[in-house]
Amino acid sequence: MKLSTKHLLGIKDLTKEDIQLILTTAGQFKEVLQRPVKKVPSLRDVTIVNLFYENSTRTRMSFELAERRLSADVLNFAASSSSAAKGETLLDTVNNILSMKVDLVVMRHSASGAPHFLAKHIPAAIVNAGDGINEHPTQALLDAFSMQEKTGRIEGLKVAIIGDIMHSRVALSNMYLLKKMGAEVMVVGPPTLIPKYLEQALGVKVTYNVKEALQWCDVANVLRIQLERQNQPLFSSLREYNLAYGIKQSMLDQLGKEIVIMHPGPINRGVELDSDVADGPHSIILNQVENGVAVRMAALYLLAGRSDNH
Amino acid sequence: MKTILSEQQMSLSIQRLAHQMLENNPNMTNTVIIGLQPRGIYLSDRIVAALKAIIPGQSFHYGKLDITFYRDDVRKTLHIANATDIPFSIEGQSVILVDDVLYTGRTIRAALDALLDFGRPSKVSLCVLIDRRFSRELPIQPDYAGKAIDAIFTDKVKVNWKEKDEKDEVVLV
Repeated sequence: MKLSTKHLLGIKDLTKEDIQLILTTAGQFKEVLQRPVKKVPSLRDVTIVNLFYENSTRTRMSFELAERRLSADVLNFAASSSSAAKGETLLDTVNNILSMKVDLVVMRHSASGAPHFLAKHIPAAIVNAGDGINEHPTQALLDAFSMQEKTGRIEGLKVAIIGDIMHSRVALSNMYLLKKMGAEVMVVGPPTLIPKYLEQALGVKVTYNVKEALQWCDVANVLRIQLERQNQPLFSSLREYNLAYGIKQSMLDQLGKEIVIMHPGPINRGVELDSDVADGPHSIILNQVENGVAVRMAALYLLAGRSDNH
Repeated sequence: MKTILSEQQMSLSIQRLAHQMLENNPNMTNTVIIGLQPRGIYLSDRIVAALKAIIPGQSFHYGKLDITFYRDDVRKTLHIANATDIPFSIEGQSVILVDDVLYTGRTIRAALDALLDFGRPSKVSLCVLIDRRFSRELPIQPDYAGKAIDAIFTDKVKVNWKEKDEKDEVVLV
């Protein structure tokens, strides 16, 4: 068994079997991470470059740790402190790096489609670590892994995705993945932050009422407002957003059932999520971060294991 | 297809292997049995059951090890990992690795690497049901063997288990 794709550009390109394979393999890597020696020699002949054209803490560290735990050689590149700042094009930068015999490229870029462009022009395998407002596949995979770990299933699970659906690559990757795996999805947020025709395009439910979504769901995945991607005011103020769409403990207390709270980070406390909810007993936010390493190890292992990637 | 061990012979061999382990360590003190995924665990399950029948009341640790991530042929063929379950320390223990067939020795090489990541055992020995002699690519030999056979590399030795393959037997395919 192997993945049906050479690259991991988005959940859109994966089959249900691919997703299942990555999640199962991630479970085995999670066990590796509990051992006294948390490292396996699988990718010791593989070199990976982390190309980050956009700021990142969690994702970059998670990828780097995953690569090191697989014994790969790791190169790091941050656009802000590199020749990209001197005007070099993306393709030139990558071709220069690849001429140093690099096998795999992990890339984050603020332009949607940047990794897809690269995939057409270079021979190395590419892992998308987030491209603009398009996809963030490893985040969706680790979210699914965490949901499955917490609730025991994905199929039939009711997941509400709350917040800035329009600008969130996490939301899009999550919607693709959850629909492929047979979960039910409801998105909720201000009308200005939810794309039109989402219901028809992806088969998800849409609501503008956060209480309705919380009452309906088993899992609430709360997203950050992506202010850096909004070039016009889409709601009046963060305070007003919090009043209308922020998740508060009192709302959860009124549900009469327990729901799981997730957030891909970084959290803006007091905006989309109040502190007592983020740190509460139903929050699995830090488990998501922990699982991220195992899921990324699985994705990298399965991609590097394809013989055409060498 | 040629039968190497019948169901009855297999059962006798497994009983003998368990007795040989007890010969070396009568109470299984500080001894740990580790079955290798995926197919070694059928043999280790049987051996552990046999040991428990012979020395009831004696407890010893039994774990399962998957060596997929330690293989030296990741780039040739992608293997899918199985569960590893070693919920105890092997530090200072005498470990008996259990697998169904010993062939080139590469699986055991990987298993030794994997095992050492769980701690430093005082001793590691190897138990297999079938030892394919003269096929080794590494200097690895079994301490306990059900049956040694001479098979050429085009032959395939298949160990069938009731739990998985409906019937206990070892055949040459």
